[in-house]
Amino acid sequence: MSAVRVLVGTRKGAFVITADGARKNWDIQGPFFGGWELYHLKGSPVDPNRLYASQGSGWFGQLIQRSDDGGKTWEPMGNAFAYDGVPGTHEWYDGTPHPWEFKRVWHLEPSLTDPDVVYAGVEDAALFRTTDGAKSWHELPGLRNHGSGSTWTPGAGGLCVHTVILDPANPQRVFVAISAAGTFRSDDGGVNWKAINQGLRSNHIPDGTAEIGHCVHHVAQHRARPNVLFMQKHWDVMRSDDAGDNWVEVSGNLPTDFGFPIDIHAHEPDTIYVVPITSDSEHYPPDGKLRVYRSRTGGNEWEALINGLPQQDCYVNVLRDAMAVDTLDSCGIYVGTTGGQVYASPDGGDTWSAIARDLPPVLSVEVQTLTD
Amino acid sequence: MPAIRVVLPQHLRTLARVGADVLIDVDGPATVRSVLDAIESTYPVLRGTIRDHGTLKRRPFLRFFACEEDLSLLPPETPLPPPVVSGDEPFYVIGAIAGG
Repeated sequence: MSAVRVLVGTRKGAFVITADGARKNWDIQGPFFGGWELYHLKGSPVDPNRLYASQGSGWFGQLIQRSDDGGKTWEPMGNAFAYDGVPGTHEWYDGTPHPWEFKRVWHLEPSLTDPDVVYAGVEDAALFRTTDGAKSWHELPGLRNHGSGSTWTPGAGGLCVHTVILDPANPQRVFVAISAAGTFRSDDGGVNWKAINQGLRSNHIPDGTAEIGHCVHHVAQHRARPNVLFMQKHWDVMRSDDAGDNWVEVSGNLPTDFGFPIDIHAHEPDTIYVVPITSDSEHYPPDGKLRVYRSRTGGNEWEALINGLPQQDCYVNVLRDAMAVDTLDSCGIYVGTTGGQVYASPDGGDTWSAIARDLPPVLSVEVQTLTD
Repeated sequence: MPAIRVVLPQHLRTLARVGADVLIDVDGPATVRSVLDAIESTYPVLRGTIRDHGTLKRRPFLRFFACEEDLSLLPPETPLPPPVVSGDEPFYVIGAIAGG
């Protein structure tokens, strides 16, 4: 018997939403950590009952929580994120040097092979790793010490590592994306890093070949085709067929190519999903209609998915980590909104329904596909 | 020396799994720093939530009060008022009234 467990991080706590494989009747548990911001929760691929959560607040700072029973109970773990050595400065909004200061964990990426190993993408931008189940965290300083680090500037949301991808075909390969520096790849387990932004074009950067300074919003990879990456950038949806070395725009007929999330169908590596929003000024869907867009051709040709999604007076957003897919035979797609709704489609996006309607603003959505 | 009564914000009580008042034994002179050291030693889960891990600087949205005085900006070695040392008055850790 299969089931799905949806892990939802919100501005005011975490929620665990479950259903059997039919995905018709949903049970909502929570809030866990009520009143705290939960930027991200994610389960271990090798031990689905091992969950990690990034809990934080402006008052009390960063906490990391761990569950060993699928989210029923949680234990606070290590929360010391100390940069390696003297961290130096990055560039501030006004162009002046600004000290590197830890603020929060945006994204937790558990290892594909070891439930005690987790990578944490943090603000100010750096990558940390635990090898003891989150008791302690250690920076992989090669990313921050990439020669360009002193020129990285924050986006509106801060200078953050928000995307961490562990390559299933190459244990030494890691991808990260940083707002607003760009995308980076390591081929030696996180020791050394290469900027992989060739082909990105950003209106705010006069140099059309600039390697650094692009506001990458999210990157997705399909496990069966790890050299193909899809990116939602501040503007433009992009595709790379060579592990990020080169990118081409695949925005095609999207109504707007601005947005935050991007994800890939579990069984169709050329079927991708985005949620366009009007612009970087408005941050809500065009025409008051929440539309997930699907391309079955790896980009360029897009169709609006609207069946079951609000099509009038809707002005919510879907943030970068608030889209996920399950791996059931009929792939499920999940999006969480800043209005507190979580929408699920059990049929690859053809039809949608709200599985939660009145949560706090949703920051992140992950889904686990569970089998007995 | 009597135990010092510490009143924590609600979220930190939940985190430390304690009630409204916490009784803290302090070795040596009772100062802001020694009380916070003792709190973190007794409840390690609170490390980093009141003070920064590395610098031990007070987190910006928290304040320390006792006997109707704001102790937040005093040197951490400042002795606590006698009624706090005697356990008659609590040492408050207060979250700023801010945010939504």
